[in-house]
Amino acid sequence: MAGTREAVADKDKMMRDAATTTGAVHGGVVDEALARRMRRRGEESRFWWVVPTIYIIFLMLPIYWLINMSFKSNQEILGAFSLWPQNPTLRNYAVIFTDPSWYKGYINSIIYVVMNTVISISVALPAAYAFSRYRFLGDKHLFFWLLTNRMAPPAVFALPFFQLYSAFGLIDTHIAVALAHCLFNVPLAVWILEGFMSGVPKEIDETAYIDGYSFPRFFVKIFVPLIASGIGVAAFFCFMFSWVELLIARTLTTTDAKPIAAIMTRTVSASGMDWGVLAAAGVLTIIPGALVIWFVRNYIAKGFALGRV
Amino acid sequence: MEKTWNNKAWFMVLPVLVLVAFSAVIPLMTVVNYSVQDTFGGNQFFWAGAEWFEEMLHSDRFWAAMGRNLIFSAIILAIQIPLGIFIALNMPRKGWGVPVCLVLMALPLLIPWNVVGTIWQVFGRIDIGLLGYTLHALGFDYNYVNDPFDAWVTVIIMDVWHWTSLVVLLCYAGLVSIPDAFYQAAKIDGASRWAVFRYIQLPKMQRVLLIAVLLRFMDSFMIYTEPFVVTGGGPGNSTTFLSIDLVKMAVGQFDLGPAAAMSIIYFLIVLLLSWVFYTVMTNYDVEK
Repeated sequence: MAGTREAVADKDKMMRDAATTTGAVHGGVVDEALARRMRRRGEESRFWWVVPTIYIIFLMLPIYWLINMSFKSNQEILGAFSLWPQNPTLRNYAVIFTDPSWYKGYINSIIYVVMNTVISISVALPAAYAFSRYRFLGDKHLFFWLLTNRMAPPAVFALPFFQLYSAFGLIDTHIAVALAHCLFNVPLAVWILEGFMSGVPKEIDETAYIDGYSFPRFFVKIFVPLIASGIGVAAFFCFMFSWVELLIARTLTTTDAKPIAAIMTRTVSASGMDWGVLAAAGVLTIIPGALVIWFVRNYIAKGFALGRV
Repeated sequence: MEKTWNNKAWFMVLPVLVLVAFSAVIPLMTVVNYSVQDTFGGNQFFWAGAEWFEEMLHSDRFWAAMGRNLIFSAIILAIQIPLGIFIALNMPRKGWGVPVCLVLMALPLLIPWNVVGTIWQVFGRIDIGLLGYTLHALGFDYNYVNDPFDAWVTVIIMDVWHWTSLVVLLCYAGLVSIPDAFYQAAKIDGASRWAVFRYIQLPKMQRVLLIAVLLRFMDSFMIYTEPFVVTGGGPGNSTTFLSIDLVKMAVGQFDLGPAAAMSIIYFLIVLLLSWVFYTVMTNYDVEK
């Protein structure tokens, strides 16, 4: 990479040299200095990749180990220590994909995560618009109160949630988990969307009204497309936090809506741990995250800053 | 942005209010209800007043868990914030390296928390885990199941692995928002690397760092799943943090009164910290 950069700088310089020699009117001295500076910068950052690489290796090692284990049989995992599978087997994945009680866990997780994302975004959109455009009675207190819910320890809510949803007969349904996860996802979505919406100049709203747009039509036709990336980021974060949460999801479900992460705990059986299947299940939980992250890669950082960079 | 005063905006906030009231206010009232009552099973409750709160505030177990949690959060911040800044400073700004770094670094953040626990539980085992096996082969007496110190080290490394990327991404977002002209000006002035960091990059990162510090503090202060999976709060009580203790009390022993009182004290602390966060941040916005 460093080599390529230098090559680019060199090529730049050559092109400039060529331009000057062919008589193009450019500040030759300035260009010379610029090219030199570019080269020097290239030299300075020749080792730019060292730190990120070491860090990424540190991040990938445990994940690699899990993938490695997922392709081994239990005898091999417990028997011999090896850095890669000696006799690669797909048996662990086969167990998961053929047993409904396993793969239903994935379906359950995805159902409540998607439900939660849809609910969170649809209620957060108008609220975020209100916060970004208007001042109203108690707006600051309300915004702060929403924030406190993001900061509420899920452990505090586990038991009361169980009782609340029992009272409504919602235990072990997907909607119960989806609603419970709104506790932290709605505030988050409001925050992120508000950050993105504040970046859209108010003149756009006013112009639309002058052009005769009604509010709902303006909101759907003009405003939503403008903050499409913000909606994407907010949806990503709702997906993420609902996907990784377990304490509440596990408390509210017993069988029919049990998330995959909770099903994983049953690999402990009388004959000991089924390490291979546990590893395969773990690998499969990483994949959806890796997929969605690719779509929002350019906005992740802004999203984590709650749309406020 | 200049905002207009319009109380009709309340109607737009209404859906959020209803939803959050259902998922936050009602459960919280249940907790308050339990915290002032006593029960001997069934549905019979007796008024207990502030008894449980007094018991909690004089309970060694509570303060021990609180102490452990504060130490844990302090260590986490002391490692993750400087490390995150350092890595963000060394990340590429353009080219193919950017998306690769962003995606790979963000990956641990998207792994379900108990899978994070499982990964490290396996990774640290001395018989089948790469880390435990290697350390053992190198002659270290490492065993996170028996040794409290090793358990702490494992939990901390796990959290660093899990969450440092958040700090990196936030700092990176701050860094890329600095216009090139700033660096050019620094170059002309002959500023050293340190001066560039101290007077250009750090001030620009101030805001995201604030978010990073507070998010990391909050989340490490309510950490539950990961250490629970790895150590189960042990050996002994050595890695029993506040949330783990709370769940043990409420679900394991079904001590509703004390657990509810503890929840409220816990929540009030978090509330206080959120308030500080919010005030500092809104003041910062106003100054800007």
